[in-house]
Amino acid sequence: MTWLVPLPVVMPLLGAALTLLAARRARAQRWVSIVVLAATVAVAALLLVQSSLDGPLVVEVGGWVAPMGIVLVADQLAALMLVVSASVTLCVLVYSIGQGMADGNEETPLSVYHPTYLVLTAGVCNAFLSGDLFNLYVGFEILLVASYVLLTLGSTETRIRAGTTYVVVSLLSSLIFLVAIGLVYSATGTLNLAQLADRLDALPDDMRLVLQGMLLLAFGIKAAVFPLSAWLPDSYPTAPAPVTAVFAGLLTKVGVYAIIRTETLLFPGGRTADLLMVIAALTMVVGILGAVAQSDIKRLLSFTLVSHIGYMLFGVGLTTPLGLSAAIFYVVHHITIQTTLFLAAGLVERRGGSTALDRLGGLARLSPLLALLFFVPALNLAGIPPFSGFLGKLGLVQAGVDDGGFLAWALVAGGLLTSLLTLYAIARVWNLAFWRAPHPDMPEAGDADRAARTDGAEQPHEGASPAGAVLPRLMTVPTAALVVLGLALTVVAGPLFEISTDAADDLLRRAPYVEAVFPEGPP
Amino acid sequence: MSPNIPNLVYILVIGVLFATGVTLLLERSLTRVLMGVILLGNGVNLLLLTGGRAGGPPIVGTSAQEDMADPLPQAMVLTAIVITLGMTAFLLALAYRSWHLNGHDEVQDDVEDRRIMELADRDEGPGTADADTADGGPADGSPEARVLAEAEGGR
Repeated sequence: MTWLVPLPVVMPLLGAALTLLAARRARAQRWVSIVVLAATVAVAALLLVQSSLDGPLVVEVGGWVAPMGIVLVADQLAALMLVVSASVTLCVLVYSIGQGMADGNEETPLSVYHPTYLVLTAGVCNAFLSGDLFNLYVGFEILLVASYVLLTLGSTETRIRAGTTYVVVSLLSSLIFLVAIGLVYSATGTLNLAQLADRLDALPDDMRLVLQGMLLLAFGIKAAVFPLSAWLPDSYPTAPAPVTAVFAGLLTKVGVYAIIRTETLLFPGGRTADLLMVIAALTMVVGILGAVAQSDIKRLLSFTLVSHIGYMLFGVGLTTPLGLSAAIFYVVHHITIQTTLFLAAGLVERRGGSTALDRLGGLARLSPLLALLFFVPALNLAGIPPFSGFLGKLGLVQAGVDDGGFLAWALVAGGLLTSLLTLYAIARVWNLAFWRAPHPDMPEAGDADRAARTDGAEQPHEGASPAGAVLPRLMTVPTAALVVLGLALTVVAGPLFEISTDAADDLLRRAPYVEAVFPEGPP
Repeated sequence: MSPNIPNLVYILVIGVLFATGVTLLLERSLTRVLMGVILLGNGVNLLLLTGGRAGGPPIVGTSAQEDMADPLPQAMVLTAIVITLGMTAFLLALAYRSWHLNGHDEVQDDVEDRRIMELADRDEGPGTADADTADGGPADGSPEARVLAEAEGGR
């Protein structure tokens, strides 16, 4: 079954080529994208089943034997990430198609959207599957370059402003990553992760620390960890709603995935565990304080995104099996929920003509469906039982209490405070946008001019046209699907925790990964 | 692995490229930032090259196997060059578009910075900035739009 492994990378790339060829045929583009992403979900699910049953699946790309060639490795962690991210990208794609069609530019969409979106998916999958540090870099570059294009779609003034910051910061992180790769290679003579796991152990401690620090710095920028997170709340909200949603769900999590991979496989022993825990606490608290101060839903959600990255680092920093397992569970939960919330914010923008809290109101009465689609994931994010956010946080707190150290207790306190403040921020959105009396500025049914005032920033296609009282079904259905997926995480929490625990065990033991790549031991 | 001692000239050149690159990266004009990225990129490429052993061309038949240069860093540098090329083109397009829209290509402050600057200008405490205290909000648009407009005017 190893032939399945490269498919999540190859299929979206081929799909991107096809959609580019069909640039003038909007219908063909849409179908190609949907079919490709649906197939990716299926393949990812098969990979998850396979890797759970038989251990990591390894493919040597082009038949070149590792460590000379590049390997793709689908272990449980990678496969789990693939399943979640592929499902989320599929839903967001349908949503964006709904948005484009509802905008009346069905015949003339921005032809570059679909190819770029598929390339982004390929980059994300490549990063998850990569068994080679340089291939990981290439995966990051693929997804980043695609994200530059998606972020500046239409190149309006605000998007150019936000895009500039985003591109420069991402370039810097990529350069730091590349320097780290150069240093790792000159220190060990290999970039194969499994071989590195073996050879890095033999290096002097201080040299290992430098390499680890460089990689952490590069991934920290990508994951938007606190002192390196200032770029995120500024750049994400200006993009079209589906683009923001997919960025929020996936891009930072690829950074978190890379941190998990390097901290466990390459640099075990937790020498930077204390640092990670301090950073995790700061990320959580500072991020959520930023969210509390915001008056725009999209910006507020961007800050909660930063803040909740802290939870994942919390688990990684603990370096215990339970902590790591809870962190993986939390990544899965957060990809789903954060994306859902941004999609709901897009619906709010559509219905209310704005995402500024002082111009919204009464949405709960105007659109009960929208209220429901926002309310459920919002509570989920805040960690209200019995939602998956509660379960993930419970696992982390449990792991923190088990650890018992001063930092761990501080993190538990910080985590609970963050959860409370998330609830506060979310409740504020709910009160202002949904519960109070409708704002006089709010569009009534068919009020066409209002949306144009938000400079058409919410449509992924050019020629933005108006919001209306009726939400397009192709936009509400994918959002509802993601809400249901978020709820399903609670239902399947038991098996999911089993998978994440298995994955965490494999990560901490390291041997399964190394043996899968080098059955006869690393050369 | 044979011991791999890099050339001192290499190291110096890398150092100079990094220093100039970082200096330019801190500039406000996007074109200079781009120059910085290019210089840094070249510095990193050289750094990658020093990671492998120097020697003859790594082609079977032209040099003995133990005299060959390490081909892997060279392959990586090629990939990195291609990526840098694409990024350069994209950043140039961004700078051009920014010049088109604003008449300059300066990297602009983010919204939060502008809001704080505006508060400082008006000599108000940050406590009053919270928009949820104002139920109706400013009639002429969101606070964000207002701050943006003012920051543009103040420039």
